Amino acid sequence: MNRPSLLFRTARHLLLMTGALIFLTPFIWMVLTSLKPADEIFSRELTLLPTRLAMVENYTEALTRVPLLRYLWNGVVVCAAILVLQILVLLPAAYAFAKIEFRGKTWAWRLVLLALMIPHQATAIPTYVMLHHAGMLNTLSALIVPFSISAFGIFLMRQFFRTVPDDLVHAARLDGMSEFELVWRVMLPTAVPALFAFAIFSVVWHWNDYFWPLLVISSPELATPPLGTMFFRNEEAGINYGPLMAGTVLITAPLLLLFITAQKRFIEGVTLTGVKG
Amino acid sequence: MPEIKIKGLVKQFGATQVLKGLDLEVRDGEFLTLLGSSGCGKSTLLRLIAGLDQPDAGTIHLDDRDLLQLSPSQRNCAMVFQSYALYPHMTVGQNICTPLLMRGLNFWQRLPAMRWLSPVVRRKHAEAEISARKVAQSLGIADLLDRKPAQLSGGQRQRVALARAMVRHPAVFLFDEPLSNLDANLRQTLRAEIRQLHDQLGVTFIYVTHDQHEAMSMSDRVAVMREGRILQLGTPDEIYNHPANVEVARFVGAPRINLLPGEIRGNGSVWMLGRQIGHVEGMPDVNGEPVACQVGFRPQTNTQAHVDGLAIHGPVSAVEYTGAELIATVKLATSGQSCVFCLHSSHPNLRIGEPLRAWVPLDQIHIFGADGQRLAFCPHPVLLNAAA
Amino acid sequence: MRVHPLNTLMLISPAAVLLVVMLLLPVITVAVMSLTDWQFGAATLNWIGLANYVELWGDPVFRKSLGNTFLYLVLVTGGAVSIGLGAALLIESDSQLRGFYRTAFFMPVASTLIAMAVVWQFLLHPSAGMVNQLLELIGLTPRDWLNDRHVALYSLAVIGIWQMSGLALVLFLAGLKSIPQDVRDAGALDGISHPWERFRRITWPLLGPTTLFVVTVCAIRALQVFDTVHVLTRGGPNKSTEVLLHTIYAEGFSFFRMGYASAMTVVFIAGIFFLTQVQHTTMERKTHY
Repeated sequence: MNRPSLLFRTARHLLLMTGALIFLTPFIWMVLTSLKPADEIFSRELTLLPTRLAMVENYTEALTRVPLLRYLWNGVVVCAAILVLQILVLLPAAYAFAKIEFRGKTWAWRLVLLALMIPHQATAIPTYVMLHHAGMLNTLSALIVPFSISAFGIFLMRQFFRTVPDDLVHAARLDGMSEFELVWRVMLPTAVPALFAFAIFSVVWHWNDYFWPLLVISSPELATPPLGTMFFRNEEAGINYGPLMAGTVLITAPLLLLFITAQKRFIEGVTLTGVKG
Repeated sequence: MPEIKIKGLVKQFGATQVLKGLDLEVRDGEFLTLLGSSGCGKSTLLRLIAGLDQPDAGTIHLDDRDLLQLSPSQRNCAMVFQSYALYPHMTVGQNICTPLLMRGLNFWQRLPAMRWLSPVVRRKHAEAEISARKVAQSLGIADLLDRKPAQLSGGQRQRVALARAMVRHPAVFLFDEPLSNLDANLRQTLRAEIRQLHDQLGVTFIYVTHDQHEAMSMSDRVAVMREGRILQLGTPDEIYNHPANVEVARFVGAPRINLLPGEIRGNGSVWMLGRQIGHVEGMPDVNGEPVACQVGFRPQTNTQAHVDGLAIHGPVSAVEYTGAELIATVKLATSGQSCVFCLHSSHPNLRIGEPLRAWVPLDQIHIFGADGQRLAFCPHPVLLNAAA
Repeated sequence: MRVHPLNTLMLISPAAVLLVVMLLLPVITVAVMSLTDWQFGAATLNWIGLANYVELWGDPVFRKSLGNTFLYLVLVTGGAVSIGLGAALLIESDSQLRGFYRTAFFMPVASTLIAMAVVWQFLLHPSAGMVNQLLELIGLTPRDWLNDRHVALYSLAVIGIWQMSGLALVLFLAGLKSIPQDVRDAGALDGISHPWERFRRITWPLLGPTTLFVVTVCAIRALQVFDTVHVLTRGGPNKSTEVLLHTIYAEGFSFFRMGYASAMTVVFIAGIFFLTQVQHTTMERKTHY
């Protein structure tokens, strides 16, 4: 198309840059504050850059006041465990729905579609009671087990597997592969891009989940990053903003780094939450 | 008389130069086809004429008006796209009316509620609908006016696209491979219809295609393009029977033209398969050294009867039976190269390995020099009579 | 080739069992529980039929919560969709700096909301917060954004819009990409060149299904608001920021009136279900073009 005029280009940049700056302000402010000493934070005037660097003190305080790194580690463990379990459970099922005809298939699929529409907070009460009776409250398992089934994952991977040619499956069966081997040796390699998007979707969702850990976890050592942030904030009693911001920088850093390095895939994965609803 | 003059057109996309200084003159009222394989720049050229892209250098004039200063809708060109490009959310009638409404009403009159508020606007809408109906009737789609494009077949959609283009009474019609998405039968019907349309309207048509059959059967003139340049511009007859260079000769004509290596000796004589077959004119004297050349003749130009011609013989290496003819590939006895001949299907059934002898009449032979350009060739009948 | 039923069973069973135990049974349990007066830790429960729902209907806290949630939903969905659409159109209209703008707007979506909520709490701090300091600089009156019951919900809505616009933006960008270039070219030739005309006659109609989709996505997400409320206001002041999920949480896990909370959950599920249905029907229409 014709090249836009200079006036248009400038106006566009003006509008978008203003918006971008507004949207980025919390991040920028978070980082800047984490570098400032307390007196500058609470001064009446609006100061942008720190005149005195308090980075070391703030970040040390953040790391020592609460087990911040522990929170991050818990997040990693929980999300990884959930993802692995999810894939182990959903991949064979998705394959079966996509490539095998069996009795009761339509009904089973309808159940999956029904499960898709259930928001995860809706099952909180009974699941909580169930875990309580199993003595599993306040354990990492309580964070992992309820999410080991992802109806959305089954839905997504089945859609994907349907595009894989049937002949591939037939050839593998003729070669003597059992159904299990088929899933892990033939279907999984073809599914890597779709699985990657799902992995991002799952990891981001569970890393950021606050509601469920809030319900089942009471010990700080088992907290995931969102819950840990709350413990941290309560510790700092809302006064030590320097270290508090340092803490939030550390907590948001992993996801943001993942986002910046794998932007396209990240966006792909997160927009899947839109499809799920 | 509207005439399009294109000079020195250059267009670059990133690192690739698609058009490299192209000149073209389109005559008033002619059906000109831009023919070439994908990537040769023909669609780019069309889009530049339409105004959908801007050239990096060069000029385009329509009837002494500088088109580059005008927006696409001001250029009075209408375009029919390969994908039809109909507005999916509008009915057929609304699709056809759109160009009329955009031109006949100004910005304020086109605002949403104006149709009910202003009698002028209402009248213009009514006039547009009448014109649309007339054009639709002439193309046989008047009963489709209330349908949406998604409900139509490919052929119907293309007719709607045509109608939308026609309703503007443009000075030039541009076609960007409009028949590529249709099946063979429909293509045949629409080919004839488009040609008829051209004769009826008498307006300049510029048609882009990679299908040489379309180009040859529909056009007044054909511009064969390759890599951003026009290889040859001429009537279908000129393109086919007097290709200006070996690339044009290879592109047009199916099966492909046969090309055998030959030699031009210092005195201008042309030698092939160990014999002199004639001489070329106008070659600069190249200090006596023989120069390689290519001798071309079409598979269809052969006869079993012994004539004043080039004799080709050898064992048959492949045969294709198409119902109407036999396409035989012959391995030359003398040099091992292959030639393809089209024989009438009444020819006694050929088997692989059987010998075949054919004669190529002299006036059907093309000589191309080392640079690929055509050379003026004078055959020597006396010499050719000698047995191969 | 027939697969042995036993094999199929092995493939499906883990998923099937977990699906039933972790998702389907709990939902049924919630529905059943909503018809009882069960409290967590109580030895017995009584069947009370629809009494919980009757109580809900008359419960002022629940009604306020529902109203707040609805208001929040409308504000956040409207704001995020508008900003997302506007930014998408602007970004797409030219090729410069597209990646940067998209990243900037999407970053809130990618970040951990709880952590950013703490940052927002600081930004909105009545004296040390950047927002009030800025306002004072330009001469406007600062307010206690999270503790003033007249503005608290709106403050939360702003945070919600901030968090959601990037998602709307990305979805709209995808929708804009799917508008065929050919149709735009045809429009240019027909005389549709003014940006407003282009938007009204080509972009907006063809974006219709996408727009509906984005609206439902944002609405569903907005309905599930909890994190910011729990972290920043706890539903206060004066229940002005009480929202559905927070009320469920309070009833179920602070007061442990799980029967009552289940009834609220049923209302919640109904809301989500309705929005999901709308979304599915719009997705059907998406494939029509």
